[in-house]
Amino acid sequence: MAIAERDATRRADAAGASEGRVKPGRGSRRKRLRRDAVLLALMVPGVAYFLLFHYGAMVGNVIAFKDYVPFDGLWASQWVGFSNFQRMFEDPDFWAAVVNTLWIALLQLVFFFPVPIALAMLLHSLTRDSVRRFVQSVAYLPHFLSWVIVVALFQQVLGETGALNSLLGDAHLHTVNIIGNPDAFKPLVVAQVIWKDCGWGTIIFLAALSQVDEQQYEAAAIDGAGPWRRFWHVTLPSMRPIIVLLLIMRLGDILSVGFEQMLLQRPSVGPEAAEIIDTFVYYKGIIGGDFGYAAAAGLFKGVVGAVLVYAANKVAHRLGEQGVYR
Amino acid sequence: MSSAAESSRPVRLSRSSRQARPVRPAWMEKPKPVTQAAKAVALIAVVLLVTVPFLIIVSTSLASNKDVVANGGWVLWPEHPTLRAYREIFDGSIVTHALWVSAGVTVIGTAVSLACTIGLAYALSRPQVFGGKPILLMILFTFLFPPGMIPGFLLVKGLNMLDSYSSLIAPVLINVFNLVVLRGFFQSIPGELYEAARLDGAGEWLILRRIVLPLSKAALAVVGLFYAVSYWNAWFYASIYLNSDHWPLQQVLRTYVIGGAQLADSGASEAGMVSSPQTIQMAVLVVATVPILLVYPFLQKYFTKGVLTGAIKS
Repeated sequence: MAIAERDATRRADAAGASEGRVKPGRGSRRKRLRRDAVLLALMVPGVAYFLLFHYGAMVGNVIAFKDYVPFDGLWASQWVGFSNFQRMFEDPDFWAAVVNTLWIALLQLVFFFPVPIALAMLLHSLTRDSVRRFVQSVAYLPHFLSWVIVVALFQQVLGETGALNSLLGDAHLHTVNIIGNPDAFKPLVVAQVIWKDCGWGTIIFLAALSQVDEQQYEAAAIDGAGPWRRFWHVTLPSMRPIIVLLLIMRLGDILSVGFEQMLLQRPSVGPEAAEIIDTFVYYKGIIGGDFGYAAAAGLFKGVVGAVLVYAANKVAHRLGEQGVYR
Repeated sequence: MSSAAESSRPVRLSRSSRQARPVRPAWMEKPKPVTQAAKAVALIAVVLLVTVPFLIIVSTSLASNKDVVANGGWVLWPEHPTLRAYREIFDGSIVTHALWVSAGVTVIGTAVSLACTIGLAYALSRPQVFGGKPILLMILFTFLFPPGMIPGFLLVKGLNMLDSYSSLIAPVLINVFNLVVLRGFFQSIPGELYEAARLDGAGEWLILRRIVLPLSKAALAVVGLFYAVSYWNAWFYASIYLNSDHWPLQQVLRTYVIGGAQLADSGASEAGMVSSPQTIQMAVLVVATVPILLVYPFLQKYFTKGVLTGAIKS
């Protein structure tokens, strides 16, 4: 995976060198500034955006250490040290949100993660390209719908007075209580993620599958390996790097489980079932006005999340060196 | 993405010959009928699971009141199709206004985001640009550590952007993923082209306009459409930054379909709503979905490549 990047850099270096321009380090700073004036001007809006809305906003995290009073503003509010964090660690609601987050992430890992892999293998095994392309088109589509639409669709189909229940009612069967039922919420959430993203998730696995050298299959078949053994000894080993990579990346991102998806449905099932760390921050801060406390919870999630993502990246890179994309 | 790689291997059965007519490689045994049936069932299930909900929504939105009552609220095939629900929501109700807001934010947001992303991606794709490395690192760090919801909210409030449409665009102006995709694409343009242009006396601005952008149409289409889809689908910022009379379509949809509020509560009754609330809700849902369905075929042509570039680079 690093090869493409390295190639590009090398090509870029070659281009730079053949221009016969001064290399960095040599030439005065002013000369380089003048040389790059147009490029720097092109960067200005983008860099300003990142400085203001990312780094500027990041500074706002100081209110996690303050007793924020809107009237006093960010700077005049009292410093309170770590008391917001202390309160958070003693707050059972916060820990309930953490447990919900991890629980939903785990369910998604077990029940969502393998689905795109299976679907990709199914699609890859089709010999008729027109069928495959049609199914792909249909399966990718839900990824582009907003969570509002997805949740609304699920509500209309599975809701108490929805299409499924009216069909069951017509057939004089028991109706099912899925939407708005806290006990059914976590499976429902996973089902929604599968519906929305399992098709989209196949893209990367299909790419990996198309990289497998078909001569390996051929050789295996000549040696007498049936479909199952070919799958076990050729397909699976060649998929392993990408599966491991994505699994690690997902583990790094484990504290984020569909904020919009939860926020949309929390009113109907209640916080016990649907409160995750992000919705906890939202309800404490933006709804409750307890900004310092909410910012502390958000900062906690941000720091732990960054450490996890960083660690996951390190592990993935180490594995990637052995050739994720060969 | 693989067609080039595959055609460069001459010996084996290439995919392109398979595309012409479906053939099984000689070594592969004839699939058992059971396996084939299982595959067919699985594929049909996938297709139906995605399409049937849409069918129900569209049918219900077209149903007359009589159909809705006869079917207990849910219609798979309207006997007396009517566009009345659509006429009603386009007839100056809150939905009409929301549609304009969504369209405006999507068009302006996409244009501004694309312009800023192009500028930054191009500058960062040029070798040895002054400050390129640290700026790139600074940007990638924001991927690792996002600023957080509360500081973001206080910043927008502090900038006096509450209840202004700019609050839907400025905080999400540049997406790092899109930036990385575009930068990668610009880097893949052969260096000889730059050299030739420079020898002819072209400056960076001219090179960008005359050479780089025309060569990058596919990448620009993907990134532009990703931006457009995300602006069209956005509702969260609208819900916290805007008053309800400025809401875009998705936030209206959220309130009236998911939240279950009646459109009639909000002045829509003055427009004389006579369709059943169910039908109206489904019509709003269809209106929010249709633009996505319209751009989808164009998007689909390019996105596999776009996604893979981004995934591999990051």
